[in-house]
Amino acid sequence: MKDSIQVSLIGNPNTGKTSLFNRLTGLNQKVGNYPGITVDKKQGTCKLTSEVKAVITDLPGTYSINPTSIDESIVLKVLNNTKGENYPDVILFVADVENLKRNLLLFTQVQDLGVPTVLAINMVDEMGKKGISIDTEQLEKELQTKVVLVSAKKNDGISEMKELLANPASLPLGYNFSSITAKINEQYFSELQKVNPNASLYELWLSVTQKSFLTNSKEDFSSFLDDVTQLKKYQQKETIYRYQRINEILKKTYTLDRSKATDVRSRLDRIFTHKFFGYFIFFGILLLIFQSIFDWATVPMDYIDGVFGSLSESLKAQLPEGMFTSLLTDGVIPGIGGVVIFIPQIAILFFLIAILEESGYMSRVVFLMDKIMRRFGLSGKSVIPLISGTACAIPAIMATRTITSWKERLITILVTPFTTCSARLPVYAILIAIIIPDKKVFGIFNLQGLTLLGLYVLGFSAALIAAYVLNKVLKMKSKSLFVIEMPDYKIPSLKNVLFSVIEKTKSFVFDAGKIILSISIILWFLATHGPSSYYEVEEKVKTELASQNLSEQELEQLIASVKMENSFIGIAGKTIEPVVKPMGYDWKLGIGLIASFAAREVFIGTLATIYSIEGVEDEGTIKERMQAEINPDTGEKRFDFATGMSLLIFYVFAMQCMATLAVVKRETKSWKWPVVQLVAMGIIAYSSATLVYQFLS
Amino acid sequence: MHFIRVPALAGIVVLKSVSLNTIASLKIGESGIISDENKHSIPLKLLEMGCLPGVEVTLLQIAPLNDPMYIVVNGSHLAIRKETASKIKLMNLETQDCER
Repeated sequence: MKDSIQVSLIGNPNTGKTSLFNRLTGLNQKVGNYPGITVDKKQGTCKLTSEVKAVITDLPGTYSINPTSIDESIVLKVLNNTKGENYPDVILFVADVENLKRNLLLFTQVQDLGVPTVLAINMVDEMGKKGISIDTEQLEKELQTKVVLVSAKKNDGISEMKELLANPASLPLGYNFSSITAKINEQYFSELQKVNPNASLYELWLSVTQKSFLTNSKEDFSSFLDDVTQLKKYQQKETIYRYQRINEILKKTYTLDRSKATDVRSRLDRIFTHKFFGYFIFFGILLLIFQSIFDWATVPMDYIDGVFGSLSESLKAQLPEGMFTSLLTDGVIPGIGGVVIFIPQIAILFFLIAILEESGYMSRVVFLMDKIMRRFGLSGKSVIPLISGTACAIPAIMATRTITSWKERLITILVTPFTTCSARLPVYAILIAIIIPDKKVFGIFNLQGLTLLGLYVLGFSAALIAAYVLNKVLKMKSKSLFVIEMPDYKIPSLKNVLFSVIEKTKSFVFDAGKIILSISIILWFLATHGPSSYYEVEEKVKTELASQNLSEQELEQLIASVKMENSFIGIAGKTIEPVVKPMGYDWKLGIGLIASFAAREVFIGTLATIYSIEGVEDEGTIKERMQAEINPDTGEKRFDFATGMSLLIFYVFAMQCMATLAVVKRETKSWKWPVVQLVAMGIIAYSSATLVYQFLS
Repeated sequence: MHFIRVPALAGIVVLKSVSLNTIASLKIGESGIISDENKHSIPLKLLEMGCLPGVEVTLLQIAPLNDPMYIVVNGSHLAIRKETASKIKLMNLETQDCER
């Protein structure tokens, strides 16, 4: 991509930066990773003029070049690494017309780094409505930059902006840091310059103040790092002086006629943050989200389930029998199906969350919930991950990146897997159908439905209690500031929402997909291979049963069942039988538990195979077969009330998802936390399931 | 206005006014000017978001359970925790020193 220029999009959050990015790149965008960090890198291509093509990188929004979270640190890191592949030839700085003053702080910081910069003032279509006018020419002169008024929504000013970007060499460079250093402490900064006379002073200053984020600088700044309080004071002074300059410039160039401003925001705020209606609306929205995930999403999910089931079946019928066919139809296809089936729920969830975020409502939820969540060691910002967790813990854990306090973020990551994700649903559904009678209580409530609700409440409560305990136990210093912007309300752009849905769903499919698929294949191998005796089992069964006059189908099912018993996974199930016995399980259920580590819903399919049921996709058959299963020890039903409840409780608490563990490892950058999570949740699940079984049986 | 008792010499009781006005002591709808004293106690991030000495700050809303607080300062609409708000001093408009 050397023949095109590199453009970085930089700006505060809520400035319409992403709209502008979407406007410039359309569908020519992809999401990658920055080397060494997990923050998504959004890139796209755009033809600026007939000759110049550009690779545009949408850097995460930040209020300052001095970061407070991983997301925010990207701007600093990209601009600090002049040799990096993403180092920009030109910066497109996006500001919004209403908060220009605050936007310009970051702008002057970026300008001091010496990269050609174009200042795009976005949302100018609202200038009239808000009573704002700008003297562009004067602003250009004062800031020593090129200014374009644009509207990503109305497509105004975009071509003018593209032309400016296409010619980085013609753009003015407005370095102004020296006027600030002169006011702070001239001598201190001239000493700093001596560390490397060839480097830009502002870059050196950032290397000193952002040492923790910029680990690659070669210079020795040790003498400047001793006095932390002084560094902090200088940073504060720097900010105040920057604002002084900005104020003076805006006095000459920017006017705001308050009489023309409408007051929609404060009126909406009064409703959405009301101490009664605020919660009422929030819980209404939660209900809508749950309704969509559990009701509306089931239609496409059933369809996907059916498609993958019949694909497997028809391939099995058409392809010659053998290892490859078995791998394809019992390993790969169900593995892919196990990922694809979650797409509807995840896409719908992200759609709703994107709308809530785009509209500005999400900040109000954070505001409403912060104090309550803090009692449990969480933050108002933990609400979004916990809601997302009801679809899948993986995107939920990735959504914790906005939480600036490491302790609050870590606790959120650790407890999110307690929320009832959609992979638990099929397991709950079938067990409830078997052990809970389908009858009404109090005339209106369905007992089965109430049980399901109870399991959800149990999961949420477990998350909150675990957070409370972790908050007391974890002794880590976490001094971090909670500041959120409450952006103006706006009607979400469908384009932005859809792009966000596509991007997040894609990253789920590829991140979780890799792991779920590979574990499915490993499980397939373990279930279809065994020690040498495994391969003689089939013949043995055939000769033993030859006299019994079984139909071919029955014989086949019996063979499959016996084969599973003698496979590696069957042996594993038998080995752990003494361990799972206190919970009321036998080796067959043990196999189911092991298999659940690919994804919890695999439990059903595995039991179907073990109990030798033909036609896995038919839930009714599995249910009948499971109901009929007899426990050889007691002569009673295998899935009696005690065993069923014990299984339900186990699934509420246990950490049975490798994909989530992998994401936790990635996000916490250590194996410690996923291991803690696995062990702690395992102990809780094991002991509560044992208690429940012993108590009920 | 809050008063503290300063034990002084030989039985003379001196009451000295102490300015305890911070953003946290504002009522909904009230405004104040951020004080110049103790400007180093304002966290950098808040300064960067426009919460500067000498600037007017208005309390728009307080969340249920009295925390966080929703303020508008320098055109920025922000929510901050009470703990932070109580560290940002406001200019004392009616400074009075009482001595008896």
